[in-house]
Amino acid sequence: MKKAIFLLNGKETPYRPGQTLLEATQAIGFHIPTLCHLKETTPTGACRICLVEITGARSLMAACSTPVAEGMEVFTETERVHNTRKLNVELLLASGKHDCLICEASGDCRLQELAYYYGIKELKFSQDEKFYPTDDDNPFIIRDFSRCIRCGRCIQACNELVVNRAISYGYRGKNSKVVTGGDGPYTDSECVFCGQCVEVCPVGALTEKKAKGKARAWETNKIRTTCPYCGVGCQQWLHVKDGKIAKVTAVEDGEPNMGRLCVKGRFGYDFIYSEERLKTPLIRENGNFREASWDEALDLVAGKFKEIIATHGPDAIAGVSCARSINEDSYQMQKLFRAVIGTNNIDHCART
Amino acid sequence: MTNSFADFAKAKMILVIGSNMTEAHPVAASLLKMAVIGGAGLIVVDPRRTPLVDLANLHVPIKVGSDVAFLNGVMNVLVTEDLYDKKYVESCTMGFEDLKKKVLEYPPERAAAISGVSAEMIRDVARRLAAVRPAMLMYTLGITEHICGVNNVMSCANLQMLLGNVGFECGGVNPLRGQNNVQGACDMGALPNVFPGYQRVDNPHAREKFAAAWKVEKLPEKPGIMIPQMIEGLLDGKVKAFYVFGENLANTEPDIRHVEHCLGSAEFLVCQDIFPTETTRFAHVVLPAAAWSENDGTFTSSERRVNRVRTVSAPPGGAKPNWWIFKEIAKRMGQDWETNSAQEIWDNEVSQLAPSLGGIKYFRLEKDGLQWPAPSLEHQGTSFLHKEGCFTCGLGVLAPIDWIPPAEVPDAEYPLVLSTGRRLYHYHTRTQTGRSQGLNDLLGEETADISEAEAEKYGIEHGEMIAVKSRRGRVVVKANVTEQVPEGLVWMAFHFREGCANWLTNPAYDPITQTAEYKACAVAIEKLA
Ligand code: SF4
Ligand code: SF4
Ligand code: SF4
Ligand code: FES
Repeated sequence: MKKAIFLLNGKETPYRPGQTLLEATQAIGFHIPTLCHLKETTPTGACRICLVEITGARSLMAACSTPVAEGMEVFTETERVHNTRKLNVELLLASGKHDCLICEASGDCRLQELAYYYGIKELKFSQDEKFYPTDDDNPFIIRDFSRCIRCGRCIQACNELVVNRAISYGYRGKNSKVVTGGDGPYTDSECVFCGQCVEVCPVGALTEKKAKGKARAWETNKIRTTCPYCGVGCQQWLHVKDGKIAKVTAVEDGEPNMGRLCVKGRFGYDFIYSEERLKTPLIRENGNFREASWDEALDLVAGKFKEIIATHGPDAIAGVSCARSINEDSYQMQKLFRAVIGTNNIDHCART
Repeated sequence: MTNSFADFAKAKMILVIGSNMTEAHPVAASLLKMAVIGGAGLIVVDPRRTPLVDLANLHVPIKVGSDVAFLNGVMNVLVTEDLYDKKYVESCTMGFEDLKKKVLEYPPERAAAISGVSAEMIRDVARRLAAVRPAMLMYTLGITEHICGVNNVMSCANLQMLLGNVGFECGGVNPLRGQNNVQGACDMGALPNVFPGYQRVDNPHAREKFAAAWKVEKLPEKPGIMIPQMIEGLLDGKVKAFYVFGENLANTEPDIRHVEHCLGSAEFLVCQDIFPTETTRFAHVVLPAAAWSENDGTFTSSERRVNRVRTVSAPPGGAKPNWWIFKEIAKRMGQDWETNSAQEIWDNEVSQLAPSLGGIKYFRLEKDGLQWPAPSLEHQGTSFLHKEGCFTCGLGVLAPIDWIPPAEVPDAEYPLVLSTGRRLYHYHTRTQTGRSQGLNDLLGEETADISEAEAEKYGIEHGEMIAVKSRRGRVVVKANVTEQVPEGLVWMAFHFREGCANWLTNPAYDPITQTAEYKACAVAIEKLA
């Protein structure tokens, strides 16, 4: 069979039939800028940043939604392409309130990146800017539609990535905006606070309430880890500043979640900072607990175990391991019971 | 799980039984829902109208505890209508004649009478399943938390083997593990009958191997006792010392009043935890432990994937890694263990001793981890088990299984069934989620979920405080009138101490796994004042 070929900036390039231009170029590591494109979802073609010139087509075409055709001649960096993309960035910038200095998303904003890349010199805030009150009437998500560029990524994520179907475009034309079912607060909708919409919002229109003011994007380092809740084992990035987690996002290409998290995995991290944490060994004395040193507590446990083994045998001791903690902890505990105490009385709640 | 989460998004036909995945395993549910909006078939078998039902082609609202009868009914149709996979059954399984004899005792009409759905619906399920291969079956605790939990699981396996669905991508029998590392704790041998890697303690070769590795003369050969027997043992004095690591038994075990009585009777109770809990109240010694993100290690997820967990910060105050605490106790009892970090423990001990983990070393876990079995360093891991129906232990066994009712069924005094589970915004007894800002705002208290029909019968308004009582206890809790729950059922969770379902649940256990029947007991509800 003849190999499928198209021409990318004059160069013969292979593709798989059915691929979009964006997919085909990404497959060979060639970069076309995008904004609204969201992997694994239906392309919306909303932002017009990924425009390219195709020989024979009158207007510029969006790479994210145009399928490659055999022999198609594509140019990605012509002056016309460059100028149109730049103009589109300018229009987006002018469409809302993009005062980066005080925006939570600064440093982690696709629009900011594009503005820099395309050398935009002036910021014009739109004249007919509508007043949108910031909505943060829920524990996790801050919505500021004055910064919304109507890229639709949040809608794609909610409907196609996590399939919670809580938000969609409401109203028409100029008034169009992202709404929950009844255009009310999130708490009165189908929303389950997975925060996926926040994760994919390329600008500062959707931000995390718990992370607000905690760290600028460039101040954090990211540590990959595994969610401590259910058995799906979602992969997380912990955004850490000064040894403290500022927020949690999903590892985009990580198995099994491929960029998704649920409400617990995304927002349930700060229990570790609770003041109620146990910080020192405790020993019961006359009905109350008193603080003790590790040596004292461990000597007491070991001594008591030895005493019980001597009088009642090892099977008078039993232990329950923890299905939340790491493998290595469970391994050590069963080893302690089998090799040191001498009993197989070790279990965990394998069944819940 | 025999298969992987990646299969959830690609499956063509899906049967979910006893799993409220959207709340208990939300991301797994998202993947599954992607498959469904992409055109996959979905059958949801659950007494409740769970959120997944909105997307399902068919909701089969069987009665609590009737799973075996229902599944036998489906298999009856597969056999009598000649819809099962004969080639697969012949070449990959054994025991078909016995199974056939048994399921022939469950014609759809009989299965219907027991499970409360129509015979036509049972036929419909069988035909739909037979029409698409492979179909993927997922289950959670709705299957296992019954006195016949093992039988329920075997029935699911019977069905999938009869359909020829085990051993293929997007097929298989897939239990979603509740806790992040239940899979791992089992793999590590935190079970009374097996060493790490499921090597049996009553096998002399296994004992010899581990005795040599651990440098001890001998290891105990008698399998140990399980949690319910441990707790009972505190009362009758068989267990003198009880070491509880990280579990809040006082809230999670059925019949709280009795469990607390047992814990209070312990001669010596050691609790190792990150927070004071209802259980640590009874301890003689409390040992403060490092939490998630405070030490390095690994979790193993439901899809048998060993994943890395990494350190962000040191534990607060004097709290210590759990593995260190166990090592220190061993030292004080006369054994010096060499390994001195989670990585050393895994690389030098666990993966040396458990053959299926032999090829898994920390340096190979940097990105997406590895799915066991991965017996050698060259092995890339296993995304689905029993490839093409070749079962690891020979042929797949089709086992004839009879239905039995739950241990406690409704009567005149306790006319309703209580079933329990988890809700989206919290996890278990809330030791973690209750202390994570925001989650309590979304769900701040327990409710008893009841049907419109019950609400009307008892004159109960949505949101009104009611009493729910069983032979073991009584709780006062807010009524949540919802169409999720069918008539005759009360549904509660165990996240909140106040109104915790476990004041009511029945300590009746599956004889093999000692799993409690959290999913069914008899209760009465009472309108207050
Ligand atoms: S938080 Fe999740 S469910 Fe809610 S709107 Fe965003 S994506 Fe949808
Ligand atoms: S809220 Fe964000 S993601 Fe959603 S349309 Fe607006 S800019 Fe795009
Ligand atoms: S993010 Fe949610 S679905 Fe994923 S492992 Fe954590 S609790 Fe489970
Ligand atoms: S990325 Fe292609 S139109 Fe937005």
